[in-house]
Order: sequence, then C-alpha cells, then structure tokens
Amino acid sequence: MKKFINAKPNRTATILLGLLPFALLILVYMIGSDARLAINPSDKLLPSFSHMGESMMRMAFEPSRRTGDYLFWQDTLSSLTRLGAGVLIAACIGLLIGTLTGSLPYISASFSPLLTVISLVPPLALLPILFIVVGLGEVSKIALIAIGITPFIARDIQGRTKEIPSEQLVKAQTLGASTSQILIRVILPQIMPKLIDAVRLSLGAGWLFLIAAEAIASTDGLGYRIFLVRRYLSMDVILPYVAWITLLAFLVDYLLRKANQRLFPWNAEVNS
Amino acid sequence: MSLQKTQSMIQAKNIGKRYGNDVILERVNVNVEEGEFITLVGASGCGKSTFLKMILGIETATDGELLLDGKTIPDEPGSDRGIVFQQYSVFPHMTVLENVIAAKGFQKSSITGYLFGKERKVAKAEASDMLEQVGLGHALGRYPHELSGGMKQRLAIAQALICKPRILLLDEPFGALDPGIRADMHALVLDLWRKHKLTVFMVTHDLKEGFYLGSRLWVFDKVRHDPHSPNAYGASITYDLPVGQTSAPLYEEIDNRIRPIPDISIDAQSATPENLS
Repeated sequence: MKKFINAKPNRTATILLGLLPFALLILVYMIGSDARLAINPSDKLLPSFSHMGESMMRMAFEPSRRTGDYLFWQDTLSSLTRLGAGVLIAACIGLLIGTLTGSLPYISASFSPLLTVISLVPPLALLPILFIVVGLGEVSKIALIAIGITPFIARDIQGRTKEIPSEQLVKAQTLGASTSQILIRVILPQIMPKLIDAVRLSLGAGWLFLIAAEAIASTDGLGYRIFLVRRYLSMDVILPYVAWITLLAFLVDYLLRKANQRLFPWNAEVNS
Repeated sequence: MSLQKTQSMIQAKNIGKRYGNDVILERVNVNVEEGEFITLVGASGCGKSTFLKMILGIETATDGELLLDGKTIPDEPGSDRGIVFQQYSVFPHMTVLENVIAAKGFQKSSITGYLFGKERKVAKAEASDMLEQVGLGHALGRYPHELSGGMKQRLAIAQALICKPRILLLDEPFGALDPGIRADMHALVLDLWRKHKLTVFMVTHDLKEGFYLGSRLWVFDKVRHDPHSPNAYGASITYDLPVGQTSAPLYEEIDNRIRPIPDISIDAQSATPENLS
C-alpha cells in the first residue's frame, strides 16, 4: 500500500472524482427541494429542476409580452457587449500605460505614483460619480468596468514589462535598435500573451462591476434581470441565470486561453 | 602605463569602480589593439564582468577613463560593440531567421525597424548566410525555446555579427554548455574572429578557456587584501599574458590564486588545446 501522498488516481477516476462533488450538490439540492415542495407545493425558495426548465423556456424562447424581446438572449447580448467594451478599453489603456511605465524610467517616474493611488480607489465608490457625470446610460456601465480593471491590468503589465530580461534590451541596442524599435519589436510582442493573461485574471472583477452597475441602473442585462426578479422571489429564474453567467465566464476564459496558445506559439513552453 | 604615441583602440587609464565603500576595480591600466582576442579570467566578484560592462556602456568607471579610439567610450550600448550574454541573448518571440533579420532591421532608422520588399529579401539572404556560417542553416524556422543551449548561443553570435561590430563582447557565453559543445563553440568563435577581423573580449570563469583561446589573457585579482574589510581594495589585472607562451607551473599558480569555482562539467579531455583547432 502506497502512502496516501503518493497515491494518484488514474484518468477515469480523476474525471469521476471531479464530477462527484457536482453530483452530490445536485442531489442535495433535489432532496431539499423535494422535501420543501412536499410540504408546500408553491414554495419559491428551492424550485424543482422542471420548474426552472419551464421558466427558462419562457425566458429564452417566448417573446416578452411587454417588449416583444426574447429576454434571456437580449440580457445576454447586452451584458456581454458591456463587458466586452469595458474590458477592451481597459486592456488598451492598461497595455499602453503598463508597457510605457514598465520600460521608460521617465514615464515611470511621472505616472507610477498616480497609478498606485488610482488603483487604491474602490471603483464602486466611483459609480455615483459616473452616474452623475455621464448619466445612467450604457457609458456609465462600460466606464465602471473599464475604470475598475484598468489599474489592475496596467500594474500587471508594468510588472511583466520589467520582468523582460535587461539582457534583451541591451542586446537590441547593440544591434542598433532605437527606443521605439525596442518598444515595438522586443517588448510589445512579448507582452501580448501576458496581456491576455491579465485580462483573464481581471474578468472576475469585470463581471462583478457589470452586475453591480446593471443592478443599480439598467433596463436589461443578466445582472438587471436577477435583481429585478428578486422582488418576486423568482428563484426559478435567478438560479439558472447564475449558472448561465458562470458558464459564460468559463467559456470566455477558455477561449482566451486557447487564443493565447494559438496566437503565440513561441510562448508554448510558458503556457503548458 | 599608457602609450600615447600609437593610439590603441581601447585605452584604460587608471580605471576604478566603486559602489559606495565597496571597491570592485582599481588602477586598471591597459591598452588593446584592434584584432586582439582577450580572455578575462578571475574569481567571481573580481570585476572582470564589470570591466566588460564598461566597454559595453552599461557601467561607467568611477575613476580614471576608458577610451575607445581616443574618445571616452559611449555610456550606452551601440552597434559597434556586439554582445553575447550567458543567457537571454536572443528574442524568444522570433524564429531563428527572424531574430537575425530583426537585427538587420534595427540598423535602419525607422520607427519600427520592419523591413519590406526588396530590403527584406536582401536582409533575409544575408541572415540565412550568416546562420549557415554559425551552423544553424537547418533550424531557420524554429523558435528559441526549441533550440539547445549551444544553438541559442550560435544564434546570439550570428545576431551580433550581422551588424558587423568592431568589438565582440562575450560574457561567459559557454558557461552553461556541455564540454563537448563548448569545444565546438570555441572553434566557431576562433574561426569567426579571424574571418571577420574582430576584437574580442571574453569573460570566463574557466581558466583553461582563457589559457588556450585567443591571443591574450588577463587575470583579475586583488593586489592588496585587508582581512578585516574585504571590500576595501578592488581587483586589478595581475597577469597580462600573451596566449601560447605560458608554462604549466604558471597555470598552476594562477589557478591556485583565483581558485575558480570547481565546475564538474569541465574535464580535461574536452577542453584541451588540440580540440580547439
């Protein structure tokens, strides 16, 4: 008998062991739901899976009686658009600030302290300011996401830029490279995969700001919907929505990881 | 003693380097003529790399002056002084061929250094030729992480040479390589030194390399010692020997003085002069 610390499950066992907690959770939920529904058939707290299925069919495949939209898809589209726009803006600004402060001492001297201070401001505390300044429309929500994650991306990229071995920068200079050539040909290409990694890490915060902004002021979106139906204790809609948001978050992360491997084959060793 | 009459390519006049109270180098006086191949040996921390970095332009002397063609050496790296470091000398995001073409592109004074059309074609042909010379003709499309340590150093050398530097600086370039590969690299460097009429400075911690490679050997060591304050005095060049006219007892003596870190990868068979061609 091997010591437990040395015992490794084979592949099938690994998959089964991984699925086990999910199965248990679902089982516990079903038992709890059945028990509550047996006492009170109109219980709203733990709806049955069939009930959730019906509600979602209605949300996804029947046009809303009030607006004529397919609410589920409309919510998904709006939320993903906001998240995508916010993250894209943050990535661009973060990349610019991060590479420049990470590589040019003069830029670093003038912007690093500011960046440190800004990154300490809690973004949600800025939401009222955004609502006042740019109104309750799309801009405020996208701006919140962008403001919320730009400092993180910028600081991460700054660090990654500094990690590039100085030997490479010296080497480039001995080959005759100018400052702009070093930035564009040596630093930027090596930072791109790091940028995608930084975006992946910041997406969790991105979803947080998205849902927060939608909960407070919006007329559609995944976050808006779950906060709206909360008033009616509609767990049959909230729970599937949360599961859907989780799945979307997983898919976005997965696609970015795959894109990173595909776009930067020279980074393969780092990725694996 | 520096000789003013015929101006040497590199003149070090009473050079010293201090970090605060720690003296690294002191009273270094040497002249180097065009075309010499100098190996710098010494114990670790003896300032041999510091001296190399002064020529490279990323360190400056705190005392004395270091002249290149009679003028103070520039305080930043330039394309007249090529460098090969022990590692991180190549760009990991470019293929072997791109690494060398990029070096050609950097010679052009444009914002990005990208080459297009005919210019790129010429650069590509030149780069392929140079890679053929260093023995990488079969690996043009590979990325650096797919190369062995020796191949990476060959690439780094090709990159440096495509820019036609006058001076080639090698900072323990073969320190991380296997003995057999090291011997191949010695042959390559000697061959390129003659073919391209370079002036070479090579830092190594392997005394054997220093004794048999190139044309001149410098041993960096401390002349004065204060046991109570080990950093009070810096190292200087204690031996300045023409290669090929040295005796075994002298080798022993220097070996004992600088006490190089025992390196299990170095064995006598692989680094004897016979193998160096």
